[in-house]
Amino acid sequence: MLRLSASVYLSLREHGEEIYPHECCGVLLGLFGDDGVKTVSRIARCGNTRADSPHNRYHIDPKELIRIQREGRERGEDIVGFYHSHPDHPARWSPTDLAEAHWFGCSYVITSVEKGKAVLTHSFELVGGDEPDKRFEDEKIERF
Amino acid sequence: MCMPRIQIPSPLRQYSGKQASVDVPGQTVGDALAGLVSQHPDLKRHLYTEDGKLRAFVNVYVNDEDMRYLQKEATTVNDGDTISIVPSIAGGCCPAIL
Repeated sequence: MLRLSASVYLSLREHGEEIYPHECCGVLLGLFGDDGVKTVSRIARCGNTRADSPHNRYHIDPKELIRIQREGRERGEDIVGFYHSHPDHPARWSPTDLAEAHWFGCSYVITSVEKGKAVLTHSFELVGGDEPDKRFEDEKIERF
Repeated sequence: MCMPRIQIPSPLRQYSGKQASVDVPGQTVGDALAGLVSQHPDLKRHLYTEDGKLRAFVNVYVNDEDMRYLQKEATTVNDGDTISIVPSIAGGCCPAIL
């Protein structure tokens, strides 16, 4: 399960609307609970380096991620997942999303943005032992 | 002997004794990574291919510089340096239209 506040939920959806018709992307910061529940305390918006195909591709610069991770460490936060948007496309992971996912145990949150409006937001956890058997599992989002 | 700190990303901490960072001796990035997998052998298959090359989606930074644009694994490190292991983050909604 992924827990996040109403304001965090709203923020990541708003990001998708602002960046439409391109894909937005960002980082979810928070804590991993011993019970397997991830709690998001805040998001960090990121730039999409895929200027060649921003309407259907995203990539976060690792250098930006290192900065976000360092700032998170200073605040006692960890990277618990990532979010991005699908412009005029369902809020479901694509084969590309799975092929490019490598943060096992983390949440990948996807928001469908249709004609500029955020519609559905779903979360998927990347599970499996290694690349050959990795898969996304549907993950419940609990808003508080 | 230099002791750079290696930051371990969350998906790999189960293989590093749950440690978020590990200090290892090494004069170069390659030495430090070798030291890391020596201490934590389960990390090796998640960082390297079977022929010993760093996996394509594993980015390694020395402080804020990608080692690929420095001297790769021969990049020298000093005390106080941070080596960050950062699996790539990317994706996209649908196949590209050709």
